[in-house]
Order: sequence, then C-alpha cells, then structure tokens
Amino acid sequence: MSLILNSKKNTLIIRVRGDFDLVSVHEFREKIDKSLEETMSQNLLLDLSEITFIDSSGIGVILGRYRKVKANHGQMVICGTQPAIEKIFKVSGIISLMPICSTEKEAWKLLEQNTFKGA
Amino acid sequence: MGKIVNNKIKLEFLSKGENVALARITIAAFVSQLEITLSDLEEIKVAVSEAVSNAIIHGYQNKPEEIVTMTGILKGNTLILEIVDQGIGIPDIQKAMEPAYSTDPERTGLGFVFMQSFMNEVKVESQVNCGTKVILTKQINPDLKNMAVS
Repeated sequence: MSLILNSKKNTLIIRVRGDFDLVSVHEFREKIDKSLEETMSQNLLLDLSEITFIDSSGIGVILGRYRKVKANHGQMVICGTQPAIEKIFKVSGIISLMPICSTEKEAWKLLEQNTFKGA
Repeated sequence: MGKIVNNKIKLEFLSKGENVALARITIAAFVSQLEITLSDLEEIKVAVSEAVSNAIIHGYQNKPEEIVTMTGILKGNTLILEIVDQGIGIPDIQKAMEPAYSTDPERTGLGFVFMQSFMNEVKVESQVNCGTKVILTKQINPDLKNMAVS
C-alpha cells in the first residue's frame, strides 16, 4: 500500500493505492494521525479509487479515523469506491456513517455544503 | 454446466501479516481453475483474508514465528477451505462470531460477518490453548458470460 497525503481548506486528503489489509493498517493509522495533528486539519477526504483490496482490517482503521475526526467536530468523506469493494462497504455498515461519493469533485461539494451549513 | 475440477492444495506459512496477501492470492489462483465470476473471486479473497488475519492476530496474538496451515479443496463446483492455527483458541465461539464483537478497539469485529456474508457456510472448531480450525465452503457460480464465448 502507498499513501499520498495533501491538505487544503482545513481538509486532509489521502489517496490510497494497493492492498488495504492487516499489513497496511499500522502505517495508515500512524501517518494519518500524525498528519491530522501537523496540518491541524479538521476534515478528512479519503480517495479509494486506486485500492486493489480491502478487508475488515482496512474498514476498522477507517472507522477509527472517522471517530477521531468526529470527536474533533470535523467531517469525513470517502470517494472513488469501485464495484469490487462496494459490497464490503455495504456489509460493514460504513455507508450509514459517512458519505461515499463517486468522485473527488462530489466529495468537495459535500464538504463545502456541510461546512457552510455548520457555519 | 461449468467445468468440473477436483483438486487440493495445502500451504503452511509463518503467522506474519505479509502472508495474508500470499494466502488470498494463492486461493484466488487455485479457484481460478473453475469458471468463476470476479465477484465470487473477490468474496473468496476477503473471506480468506479474514480467517488468516484472525489466526495471526487472535490465535497467535501477533507472534510471527508460529505456523498457519491452509488447505483448499475443489470438489466439482464447491470450494472448501480450512484455515488452522495452534494458537490460544476461542473460549466462546458464539460470542466471537457476533457482529461488532472485538477484543481490540481499533478493529471492527466484522471478520466473521464478512466470512458469513461471502461464503455459503462457516464452521468453527476451537479448543482453548490448542487452536482453531475455520472451515469455509462456497458454491462457485459458473461465469456464464465467459462460457458463452468459449
């Protein structure tokens, strides 16, 4: 797994590539938590369009970051899910917790709308 | 009717996280002898990943020098997988299989939920301090699209 991290507009953007399983969760947790602190970002945008596999280890660490972001009164949005992983998202119940958009553009729209609503 | 295959593989590997991917890729290659849909293939990979991750994290408490054994059997269009560890065992199998039950707050407790959702049958045999055997069974639906052109 590889991670590309950027931050803008109070949001940490994470692009995940490769397999998201037991081996990758430690790196994911460490890097995201450190970057959230360093950039003082309140929101998290997770782009999964280039992941090749995800299981409950990956879902668990995503939910862990969701709780962290929520505790800090931020928002978390996922974008770029593919058909192969959609079933995992449905069974896990993650879709009832946070918005899942097909593109990053839609995710930004949602983040901006909600920020405006909350202001 | 789909192709009939009778075959068996056995794989032993160290209880290291890196071997979770090895296990699921091996089974994906093994089961690809059948005409299989991508959806079934993805579901089998997730179920294998969950069972092997459980053996490493829970059975062996993340000790990397232990042995996980995985057996794959193809009988006609049925896949039977056995994932075995000689770890600490599960004191209460029913509780361990409950959704959202986890001994670790950073984990979801969804491992068995995924196995049950993606396979036709999930059987667990376990004895405390002796180990755990997870038996996963799935009927493979023939890939009708590929069959039509072959």
